[in-house]
Amino acid sequence: MKDLMPSLPRRLAVTLALPVTLIAAWWITSADSQSFYFPPLQTILQTFGRLWFSPHALSDVGPSLWRFSVGYLAAAFLGIVIGIPVGASRNLRNVLEPVLEFLRAIPPPVLVPVLILFTGLGNEMKALVILFGCIWPVLLNTVAGVRALDEILGETVRSYRIGGLSRLWHFVLPGASPQIFTGLRQSLSIGIILMVISEMFAARDGIGFVLVQYQRTFAIPEMWSGIIVLGIIGIVLSLIFRAIEAWLLGWYHGLRQSQRAG
Amino acid sequence: MDRAVKSMLEVTGLRKVYEDASRTVEAIRDVSFSVGQGELVCIVGPSGAGKTTLLKCIAGLLAPTSGGVILEGNPVNGPPPAMAVVFQEYGRSLFPWMTVHDNVALPLKQKKLAAERREELVRDALAAVDLSGVDGAYPWQLSGGMQQRVAIARAVAYEPHVLLMDEPFAAVDAQTRADLEDLIRVLWHRLRVTVLFVTHDIDESVYLGERVLVMSHAPTVIMEDVTIDLPDERTQLETRSMPRFGELRKHIYSQIQLAKQGWRPPSD
Repeated sequence: MKDLMPSLPRRLAVTLALPVTLIAAWWITSADSQSFYFPPLQTILQTFGRLWFSPHALSDVGPSLWRFSVGYLAAAFLGIVIGIPVGASRNLRNVLEPVLEFLRAIPPPVLVPVLILFTGLGNEMKALVILFGCIWPVLLNTVAGVRALDEILGETVRSYRIGGLSRLWHFVLPGASPQIFTGLRQSLSIGIILMVISEMFAARDGIGFVLVQYQRTFAIPEMWSGIIVLGIIGIVLSLIFRAIEAWLLGWYHGLRQSQRAG
Repeated sequence: MDRAVKSMLEVTGLRKVYEDASRTVEAIRDVSFSVGQGELVCIVGPSGAGKTTLLKCIAGLLAPTSGGVILEGNPVNGPPPAMAVVFQEYGRSLFPWMTVHDNVALPLKQKKLAAERREELVRDALAAVDLSGVDGAYPWQLSGGMQQRVAIARAVAYEPHVLLMDEPFAAVDAQTRADLEDLIRVLWHRLRVTVLFVTHDIDESVYLGERVLVMSHAPTVIMEDVTIDLPDERTQLETRSMPRFGELRKHIYSQIQLAKQGWRPPSD
């Protein structure tokens, strides 16, 4: 399989071709722009360099990433921990399903005022908003993953009297992990959005706060540069996620590849 | 030929009825037989004869409606530690996230054996099935026949007293099946383990077994307990061309035909 894959330089070229083209197109078409709201890309990038490569950039980006990490990891943990027993027990599913469906339907930003009442304007409020939004894809995918565990493998596990924690660690978690990772991936996108939104309404720091400040004070190039920063953060988090997934799910990718090869 | 007649497995009056809201299905009506220590007994029957249900009841994976299974004098209420099962679907019974070595070693970890002993058993089991070189590979990197060998190695490493096999070679090609059949006989001779082998292949049952239990169609009873008086040394080429092989095969085949027509022995 490895011999059939194109070389690294070639792959890099393919990956970067469209982004580079789009950026070039943006640069060219905005070069002579007189519009207040759509300044030339050159201006935006100069502002970007000035703003975000300075030390105080960390004090903007740092708190945001911290809240995101806490909210996302808590959601991942709780989603899996709750998802496993719910997936395993039909009775539990029947009892909990209506409530879960109801809670899942509530858009997390709507909860911001409620959470402000209970937890104030600090980090807890934002982490909770992120948690509330991120937990559902993880939980529901964990439930699906546990339900889809192979029956024959389950009987094998039973026949060798593998139970309790051993069964959880060697059978349930690895077996459901591809599906769980699907949920974690969805939650990643949701988490980034909520991170910004939770900082837009009532905050004192963070990327979302800074972006809204720029908007309100009509610092347009700065605002655009903030949007670019968000995009970059999204890409970096996604790359980190994919690296972890490749490490943990290497067996799954190999399995799927061998199944496709027939 | 005097074999040790100590009874390893006793199945008495086994009955299994599946009931749900809409209907009741009597899969197994009344099955009774015993297997002596160190015997290789085959179970053969038409499709729908409840062979897999029977095996699962014996393995403790399924609770019978009535009747019971006794293993070495103890009733079977759940999967007993002295038994290992090899399923037909090897691809689904091996853990795809573990290497061959870890697949074979996992049940031994359950048994809380010392690491050294565990490694020894894994090594010996893989060598016994001729897979010494692949312990670092993943199951999905291996061919079907090799995967089934891993499953067999896992069962063998477990050091069971009874080895249950549920149509283990139904999903492999004929050449591989012949090799695996011979492998089973070799392992059986060497380990002196008691084997209960379920198959739909009449030739296979005659080639492998010392006795063949012929099952009827559902609701299942035992049609006949056929003693295979072929020599103990069996080869694919020689044994299958013996006249006695043909006679036994023909006899069992006609029994199966009767079973398909719904005939069953008069109940005593």
